[in-house]
Amino acid sequence: MSRPGFVLDVDDRTPPLLVHEGLGFRLESFPLGTRVIYPPESLPAVPDVDQAIVDALLHPQDMDPLPELLFAGMKLTIAFDDISLPLPTMRPPDIRGRIIEHVLTMAADAGVDDVELIAANALHRRMTAAELKHIVGERVFRSFYPQGKLYNFDAEDRDNLSHLGTTDKGEDIEISKRAAESDLLIYVNVNLVAMDGGHKSVGIGLASYKSLRHHHNAKTMVQSRSFMDHKHSAMHHSAWRIGRVIKDTVKVFQIETTLNNDIFPKPYDFLQKREWEWSLKDQASMLAMKRGISIAPPKLKHKMFHDLRSVYGLTGVNAGEVEAVHTKTLEKVHQQHLVEVQGQSDVLVMGIPYVGPYNVNSSLNPILATCMGLGYYFNSYIGQPVVRKGGAVILYHPLNEGFNQLHHPSYVDFYEEVLAESTDPAVVGEKYEQQFAEDPWYKHLYRTSHAYHGVHPFYMWYWAAHAMDHVDEVIWVGADRKVAARLGFRAATTLADALEMASGTVGSSPSITYLHNPPHLLAHVK
Amino acid sequence: MMLALEMFRSVPRTVAGRAVGGRMPGILSGFAAPLRLMTIDEPKVDRPGWARLKTRLSGICGSDLGMLSGKTSLYFSAVVSLPFVPGHEVVAELLDDCEDLPAGTRVVVDPVLTCAARGVEPCEACVTGATNRCSRITVGHLSPGLQTGFCKDTGGGWGQQLTAHRSQLHPVPEGFSDEQAILIEPLACAVHTALRAGVVTNDRVLVSGAGSVGLFATLALRQLTDAGEIIVVAKHKHQKELAREFGATEVVAPGEVLRRVRRSTGAFQLQPEFSAPYLLGGVDVAVDAVGSKQSLETSLNATRAGGRVVLSGMPAAADLSAAWFRELEVVGTYASSQHEESFRIATELAATDAVQQLAKNVATYPLHRWREALDHAHSAGRLGTVKVAFDPRSTR
Repeated sequence: MSRPGFVLDVDDRTPPLLVHEGLGFRLESFPLGTRVIYPPESLPAVPDVDQAIVDALLHPQDMDPLPELLFAGMKLTIAFDDISLPLPTMRPPDIRGRIIEHVLTMAADAGVDDVELIAANALHRRMTAAELKHIVGERVFRSFYPQGKLYNFDAEDRDNLSHLGTTDKGEDIEISKRAAESDLLIYVNVNLVAMDGGHKSVGIGLASYKSLRHHHNAKTMVQSRSFMDHKHSAMHHSAWRIGRVIKDTVKVFQIETTLNNDIFPKPYDFLQKREWEWSLKDQASMLAMKRGISIAPPKLKHKMFHDLRSVYGLTGVNAGEVEAVHTKTLEKVHQQHLVEVQGQSDVLVMGIPYVGPYNVNSSLNPILATCMGLGYYFNSYIGQPVVRKGGAVILYHPLNEGFNQLHHPSYVDFYEEVLAESTDPAVVGEKYEQQFAEDPWYKHLYRTSHAYHGVHPFYMWYWAAHAMDHVDEVIWVGADRKVAARLGFRAATTLADALEMASGTVGSSPSITYLHNPPHLLAHVK
Repeated sequence: MMLALEMFRSVPRTVAGRAVGGRMPGILSGFAAPLRLMTIDEPKVDRPGWARLKTRLSGICGSDLGMLSGKTSLYFSAVVSLPFVPGHEVVAELLDDCEDLPAGTRVVVDPVLTCAARGVEPCEACVTGATNRCSRITVGHLSPGLQTGFCKDTGGGWGQQLTAHRSQLHPVPEGFSDEQAILIEPLACAVHTALRAGVVTNDRVLVSGAGSVGLFATLALRQLTDAGEIIVVAKHKHQKELAREFGATEVVAPGEVLRRVRRSTGAFQLQPEFSAPYLLGGVDVAVDAVGSKQSLETSLNATRAGGRVVLSGMPAAADLSAAWFRELEVVGTYASSQHEESFRIATELAATDAVQQLAKNVATYPLHRWREALDHAHSAGRLGTVKVAFDPRSTR
């Protein structure tokens, strides 16, 4: 059995704790009394993955079994989550590929021959052929990719978008035409955190900027408390409104999967153990790795981390009607991630690792680091934020990993020009978002290269809007000072310095909480 | 006898200046400059329409610095006559009556030595008023010299006295300070630049450089054309502030030009091998107000196909591939043209608040501190000065 999440108060017997910081980590001695929130240990995986998939397809939630929805001559579209999930990338075979194989087998049995597979990447970058192959598996890739039946969604291909109308709040719904006109749209999801899945899958994954702009904006993000709680998230409210209109137009068969917390394979598995339980072997591994990282050239360090493949176990698979499926999914996600926490603290400390949803096989530039820290990790709560209103957030990341020109061309302009003028998400959104979204060069790179859409850095900045609105102080430990200043934050060399800098806001003996991510956790703050 | 700085023929000094002047500008004000402080005879007036002038202020122009550093192309060696007293940005007072102008009148000098000044029949250009294109600048009763300040017979502003023809003289309005008046000649050049730029309504314009040439070009473009966005390339903080005051829509650092132009024009960007990136698309008009290879190539690379690149600074050798490939109009803009009434318009511009403020920062030096003055002029951008000038009346 797995152990639940754990809250530790640092005392004089507590060893230094591991804190991630980009392509590396450090051991940090926290002040006595610091509250450390550890994620729960991994749930057991289902014993037979293929059997679990077949069971889900044959016994769906609030829908007929999949074979009964398939018929000869129909138009079938299978959409699936892109490379932004899971993090890190799953060791092959990817669960999406395994599900798609079963779906295709059933479709073939029913005589369905008009099938297309679409990566639901929305405004994310196009995946390479190798990345697509990794997700769908070699056999599916070989059967569909050469014929152009397996492809990335293109949110700028006006001829292949379909406007399905607007919600009662006036939100445009514009999604993939192929998906909208299919007799059945099957969505294959990977739910790593509670934010994913549900109506976010089709309504966002296959949507254009025209549709996304209604919820991906600073105002909505500030009102989303939190992103991990779809009932209190303005972004999810919008996605749900959009999803319900889609559901009335398109028959969607949702397949959602949940994974356990087995992120780090051997010999890196010590990274997800609690430090005082490290064996001698774990300590030796840690020292060897730390030493190796300190002397490794940047390229090797990058390769070392980005080549890491996780050994996730499948904890559940559910299929059928979107909302019914998502309810089941959330139960499982919460079972894996929820940690009960009593009350808020003055200071929240978080270490930002090397990877986020938008830098797979790339670098975590300062904007993405901000998104990871103040967007995803800060929002890893339900109830109320871990840190009190007006408190301080301390993050660890060097903030110097350059911008990848292939994947993040518009980020450079956003950083150099937009943030130089203002770091207020509402202000920059108002003034610059549309200009970036409609820039023909960014559109071209998004459509033909492997670049994130021009508007994407704005979305990353919006993710941090709620945190920026909530706390008074953001300090980065070990960061490049000039970069931190450009982002509107401050930099400190050590935790002690950061606490000293924050003392004007939170006093000289603040209550501190360290969110021991990754693996993922979801703080249920009461 | 009078005191003057004299540019003389010295091959070793010119070669030395050319070799190291770019990296060590200070050396140009030391042993390497072919310039000396001399006591020489005052210039004589023995030609009709000419008068003697007593210099009040005379600016140091980029072309003067280029000449001293040996960077100027040998192309110009045929249109100067050594030794000469430099200084073509001049505010002075008349020592003699000059036709309708009585002695004592304060004037600024249009330095171009045209047919009228040389006492020859007007050439085709001078007939039309395009005096800056005069074809007779090496003949007549003067030694060769494209301008006052490059001709051994006229003297120049870097001496206590010089001579000028009535056609060159423009009275300074009452109330103008000498520092304000010294800016009229470079402003007249900027007026000509703005009019040569062929800007049509809402054109996007790039001005590469925010020294006096770039700033005045920006002002003239904003005041005299219907340019839309004007992006100015500025290196230093005070230049950025001034560029905005003078009408820039956006001010960018040299390393950011292409990226900013690309985004604001929706252009596509290419990265050739071992070379600077360039745009497919870009601004409608670019004004190179520096004259360096990098600045000129930036202007060429940031201009849309069929657009216009205006050479306002004296240009260095550069890769002209873009001009060919993108069918750019490369347009030179030299001095100012009488038919455009550049000096009248420039005088109006010199009365604006922005130029008045700028005039308060003109740094002046006596002639004997010429090494300091040149050092200052070389580093003017970094030191926050837009114009450095000699005051031959001053002894301290």
